[in-house]
Order: sequence, then C-alpha cells, then structure tokens
Amino acid sequence: MSSDETIDGARRNLVLASAAVGGVATVATAVPFLASMAPSERAKAAGAPVEADISKLAPGEMMRVEWRGKPVWILRRTQEMLDTLKKADPLVADPDSKRPMQPDYIKGDARAIKPEYLVVVGICTHLGCSPSEKFAEGAASGISDDWLGGFLCPCHGSTFDFSGRVYKNKPAPDNLEVPPYYYLSDTRILIGEDQKA
Amino acid sequence: MAGGNYEKYRSDGSFAGNLLEWIDARFPVTANWKAHLSEYYAPKNFNFWYFFGSLALLVLVMQVATGIFLVMHYKPDASLNAAGVPVAFASVEYIMRDVPWGWLIRYMHSTGASAFFIVVYLHMFRAMLYGSYRKPRELLWIFGVLVYLLLMAEAFAGYLLPWGQMSFWGAQVILNLFSAIPFIGDDLALWIRGDYVIADATLNRMFAFHVIAIPLALIGLVAAHVLALHEVGSNNPDGIEIKAKKDARGIPLDGIPFHPYYTVKDIVGVIVFLMAFSLVVFFAPEMGGYFLEYNNFIPADPLQTPPHIAPVWYFTPFYSMLRANTVNFFWVDAKLWGVIFMGLGVMILFFLPWLDRSPAKSIRYRGPIYKGALTLFVVAFLVLGYLGMQAPTPAYTLISQICTVVYFLFFLLMPWYTRIDKCKPEPERLTK
Amino acid sequence: MRKLILALLLLPLAALASGDEPRLDRAPDRSGDPVALQNGARLFVNNCLNCHGASYVRYNRLKDIGLSEQQIRDNLMFTADKIGEPMRVALTRQDAKEFFGTWPPDLSLIARSRASAAGSGADWLYTYLRSFYRDPSRPSGWNNAVFPNVGMPHVLWQLQGEQVMDAGHKLTLARPGALSAREYDDAVGDLVAFLVWMAEPQAHFRKQLGVAVLLFLAVFFVVAYAMKRAFWKDVH
Repeated sequence: MSSDETIDGARRNLVLASAAVGGVATVATAVPFLASMAPSERAKAAGAPVEADISKLAPGEMMRVEWRGKPVWILRRTQEMLDTLKKADPLVADPDSKRPMQPDYIKGDARAIKPEYLVVVGICTHLGCSPSEKFAEGAASGISDDWLGGFLCPCHGSTFDFSGRVYKNKPAPDNLEVPPYYYLSDTRILIGEDQKA
Repeated sequence: MAGGNYEKYRSDGSFAGNLLEWIDARFPVTANWKAHLSEYYAPKNFNFWYFFGSLALLVLVMQVATGIFLVMHYKPDASLNAAGVPVAFASVEYIMRDVPWGWLIRYMHSTGASAFFIVVYLHMFRAMLYGSYRKPRELLWIFGVLVYLLLMAEAFAGYLLPWGQMSFWGAQVILNLFSAIPFIGDDLALWIRGDYVIADATLNRMFAFHVIAIPLALIGLVAAHVLALHEVGSNNPDGIEIKAKKDARGIPLDGIPFHPYYTVKDIVGVIVFLMAFSLVVFFAPEMGGYFLEYNNFIPADPLQTPPHIAPVWYFTPFYSMLRANTVNFFWVDAKLWGVIFMGLGVMILFFLPWLDRSPAKSIRYRGPIYKGALTLFVVAFLVLGYLGMQAPTPAYTLISQICTVVYFLFFLLMPWYTRIDKCKPEPERLTK
Repeated sequence: MRKLILALLLLPLAALASGDEPRLDRAPDRSGDPVALQNGARLFVNNCLNCHGASYVRYNRLKDIGLSEQQIRDNLMFTADKIGEPMRVALTRQDAKEFFGTWPPDLSLIARSRASAAGSGADWLYTYLRSFYRDPSRPSGWNNAVFPNVGMPHVLWQLQGEQVMDAGHKLTLARPGALSAREYDDAVGDLVAFLVWMAEPQAHFRKQLGVAVLLFLAVFFVVAYAMKRAFWKDVH
C-alpha cells in the first residue's frame, strides 16, 4: 500500500515537471510564430524616416510628404497666420496640447520646433479623412464670417487652426498628430525620428 | 465517433466539474477520451518501430501550423518584380530574410516535408515487418496507402511553390508524364498545366492544391486511418490478436490503456525525434542538397534547364522505375511503360493484404524465404532511391532495371513464396 | 547475379569518380571573423555591385557584421538613399545585355546555388575568382578554368595580375598585379566569406539557437524519460 503511494507521488511529481518543461517548450515555440506577424524588415524600411527639403517653400505655402503611407504637411506659416493662434486659444478644445498627440518637445500655441514651420500628420483624428486647406480668413473661406483660417475636414466638418488644433464641439476629438521630427540643417527636416541625445 | 456505451461524466460539484458535466451531456467528450485514449487497449510490447505513427501525426500538425504562417507571407505569382526576379521566388527569400523568424518557420516546413516521408516510410516498413496490413486491418492499410499517395501529391505541389529552377524543371518533367497517356495525354497535360508551359496558372493551381485541397483530404484520411485502427485494434511485434484473450471485464490480458502508458512513451519518442529534427533545421537545413536542392536557389528560368535534374529524394525510387524502362514492347513505347511501371509501383501496395498468404503475420515467426525476400526488397528500394538521384549511365540503367524487377517480383511472387515458407508457430500470448 | 553484386559494390566508387568538373580549392572559413567580412563587404561594393545586385540584402543588415549605420552610409551605400533599401544594382537590364550578352545574376544567393557534390558554394566561388586567365578568343579577353566561356571579364585583374593557361591546363601568373599571390588569395577569401554571409545572414544565429534548443530538449528528455519509467514500472 505505502509503496503504491510512493509510486503515485513520484508519478505526480514527474508529470508536473514534464508539464512545466513542456509548457516552456510550447511558449518558446509560439514566440517565433507570433513574432512573424510583426512588421517585416521591408515594412520597417518603407516606414523609415523621410527627409524633406524645405528650402523652396514660400511663406504661406504648404508641402506634403509621405511617411508610413500617411500625408505629412509642412506649412511655412506667415506672421499673420501665427498671430491667429492666440485668438484661437479660447475656441479650440486643447489649446495647450495637453493630450498626447505630439512628442514632448512640441509645446505652446505653435506646436512646432521652429514656429515658422508647422509639421503635422494630415489625417483627421475623427475617422481618418485628410482635411483640406482653408487658409483664407472670414467669409471668403465659406465657413463662417469669423473664420480665422486653418483646415476643414470635408467628411464630418471638423475644423482645425493653423497649428492643427481642433475647434471645440466638433466630431474630431483631438488635435492633429505631430510626428517626431528634427532639423538636419536649416533647410532639411527628417520626419519620423526624434533627434538622438 | 466513439463506439460502445460509456457513462456520462458526473460532476464532483466544483465549477470545472459542472462545466464538464454540462458539456459531456451535449458532446461525447468522455466517450471519445475513453474510446481513443484511456480505455483504448494497446498491446504492451510495442517496440521502436511503433513510434512512427504518432510521429507522423506530429509532423502533420507541424506542417499545418508552419504552413499557415508561411501562407501569410508567400505569394504564388510567377511574374517578375522590379529587380527581375519572379515574385514567388522573391517572396520566399522575403520570408527567409525580412519576416521576423521567417527563416525558422520555413526551415521547419522544408525539413518537415522530408521528415514526413522518413517517418511514413519507416511506418510502412513496420507494417511489412509485422504483417500489420493483414486481416482484419486491410482497410486500415488501404487508408494508409491513400495517405501516402496524397502525401506525394502534396509534396509535389509544394515543391513548385518556391519557383526555383528545380521547382520548375521537376514539375515540367513530372507533368509531362501525363502526355505519355495515349490519345488524351497531350490535352490532359495541357489542361493540368493550364498553359503551354509550366506557368503562372500552374503555380496558382498548385498553390490551391497544396494549401487547401490536399491538406483537407489528407486530414480526413488520417482521421479515417486512426478510426479504423481503433476499431480493429493495434497489431504488435508478435502479430497475434490480443483481443483473443480477455479477462473477466473484457479487457485484453496483454493490453494496456494507451493513456497514460503510450502517451508518456510517445512523448519520449517525440523528444528524440525533435532532437534529430533540430539537428537538421539548425545545423544542416539543406541536408547536403537532399532536403533543399542547390539549384533551387536560382529563380525559375523557362529558357535554361539545369545540367542535372533529380527529384527530391523521397520520389527517387519511383523516378528510377520510370527511367528504368528503355525498350518499346507490345506496341507501346518506352516512355509510357516507364509511366505505367511507376504508377504500378505505387498501386501494387494496395493489394498487399491479399498477396500475402503466410500463416504467420510477424517476421518473428516467418520463415527464411520471406526474410530474404523482404531484405532484397528493401535493398532494391534503397538502390532505386539512390540511382534516381544520379545521372543515368548504361550501368546504372541496368542496375535500376534489375531492382525494378526485384521490387515487382517481391509482390507478384508473394502468394507463392509465402505459402511454401517454413513458419514457426505463433505464441498464444505476447512474448517480449 | 555476380555482375549485379559487382555493380552494387562499385556503386559508391562510381559516384565518387563521376565528377568531371575541375577540382575545387577549399575556401577558408571566415564566417565568424568580422574584420574579414567587413573587408569582403568593401570589396563587394566596390567591385561587384556595379553590375551584380544583391537585391534581397538590405544595407542595414550589414550591421550584423559589426558595422555602424554611419559607416554603412559613408563607405558602402552607393546605390540607395535609405539604409533599409536592398543592395540594388546601378546597371539596367538593357545595358547589361549589350555589354555582356547576358544579365549578371543577382549575388544574394550565389554561395548557396553554386554548391554541388564537388564542394560548397564557397569553394566554387573561391576557386572561380582565382581561375581567370587571358584568352584573346573571348570577346572580353578573359576566360575561366572553372566556368568556361564565362561572360564576365576578370574584374579583379588589377589586384591579381594576368594569368595564362598552358598546354597542360595549368594556370601561371604572366604579369603580377598589385597584390602578391598570397595577398590576393586572402582578399578573395574575405570576399567569398562575405558572399557566404549574404546568402544566409542569420546562419550564425541559427547555429547558436540550435545549440540552445538541443540543450533544452536534452533536459526535457531526462524528465520525460523518468516519467515514462515511473509509469511503466507496473507493466510486466
């Protein structure tokens, strides 16, 4: 009787040990399989940072570059455009960029490293349409008489100021996203990467 | 699925117990568990040769799992990409280099293909050693031969997918065999290819066969094979029926429940197999050009045949039979005879249960004639396999002709030599 | 019957003797030597990549052989703008057809596809790159003892010098190049090591992982075998 119990005890311990080692084996095997679904080197290469040459950008003009399949806008703002930002402060939902829609080094009304150049991802934070330029002030914009200039999303009518901040009471919940970027030189920006320390 | 009457599970009152009781009342969990594992009585004297059935099941699962993940990245497309490489070929290299861990999954799949055949050949040889195809296991054997046939079709379709030189020219040669069939051959080959040469259409249909059609049929047949086995019970190295001697409860005296005894034993077998498998995957994935042929690292080029084409090793015995016949006789040309021999070489396996007239099933109690015949058969099969990888020379052709004759005589003379063979008496109970 | 036995006995011998290709020299194994691989990469980019691509190998993969991103950008990356791009060839297909009569093959996998019963792909490449000789009958003025009537001229001739083939099919150096024979063999060894690396960049890691997997399975075996013994104690 007691020898039977020892056999059973030994069996139970060995079954537990085998199950433990087998469990480790199963997890270790699952890892490569699941990891194979992560972005490949090709996807990473296609999503690599892109360089933008801003030397030919005139004041008030905007250029688009593609980064990870999304349009990134680079807007060279005039002084008048920058002046509208203060006026927009009380009208926008997140005037001080509190919500995490930009890297840490993007602060203030201008939401830019150099206030003159706005760099944002041109995708509406509501449902992913790309807003259109509505740079003209007032009634000429077709939006309202007191329109300060900025962007309008054609899909559901969200409006953004010249810093990509979303106006209050619009479908879009957040400001336009600012991608990580830095200046390689005065005229070249690298989009998609923070400046290394 | 499960025959017989098994009592339904009664809960012990715990949550897991209640859940199992609920399920078991609606789905035969307990019945199947008992019928196929804990109350499936297997002979207690299984030896080394009895590992290969469960190993074949393991490899099947592994091929399905790795295959699913490969399909996520592979593209069956023969058109050229910007770098001038066929998209299919490039997508395999994409898996090897750009997909995280893709190389491991691909090597597991390519090594798994060869491992499948190694395991299945040993499994079939086991059946010939111990007469496992004999009554009442004829249908079990036939399902097994069908699995083997499907496996060859699966391997052939899969080998085309990397779209390398060997993929292309191997498929070219094999699909051209169909054109040897009289009257309809050329049209049939054209229909199978879907183009005038092996082309994008061929690649796409082989992809469809490889990833869905054949695996579905294969899994169904494997299930039938296992169900048939559990209906008639396992054979054993003594070749006697353990069901003939039962205790008062109807349990075979020489039987032990498959679970836990053979589950714990098969786990050991699985680990040893995985060690051998890992040696290949991690240290010799090309296996000296036998598992991955060197010429297949060159993209398919319809204008340039490699100097020497050989099929992958698991096809070479039958490929040798194909090439062995070089004469026209009975108004039929040599090419067609080659195809007929190759086809018969596989088909004759179906008749094995009825060709064998020996009073004993197992090699342990058979006489010297069968032992000699089986040895000759194995040697002939191995030599044919070796010659199928070599470029033909007159001497090689002669040897492969002799071996082809030995191969067929083993089967055709079996009704005669098994009857005159001097068998030893079979024991009443299992020996060791 | 005696003929059959004889033939069976001679089978392995016949297989050995059947190679009619020239004998290949053994390439040195420098797969674990980053200095050799980096030198090979430099030789490859400067001499091969003008005509041959390596379109499955991304420039940033060269970090695996111990180079920094900046080193790759500054010294090796001539045919791409982004570090993640593959090593494409500058030459177009059309031009190649005109210059060489053929499309120089992509070299990503050359070390794997050139393997044969005669030797590894590395052996073939190592011998091939040292077997060019002067042959005025060829359009390029060069021929090769391993690859007869090859389309490619001897790109490394300034390093090796010019060999000629005598009546006994032996190659001798007629005019020395910038490197001595030993130095040239050494440089080719580095280049071949790099080609081997390109053919399967993860090969080194694969073997390391294999050792870990086998050790793990050995432990698993001990536990599982003990479990099997414990259960089978009562089967007699």
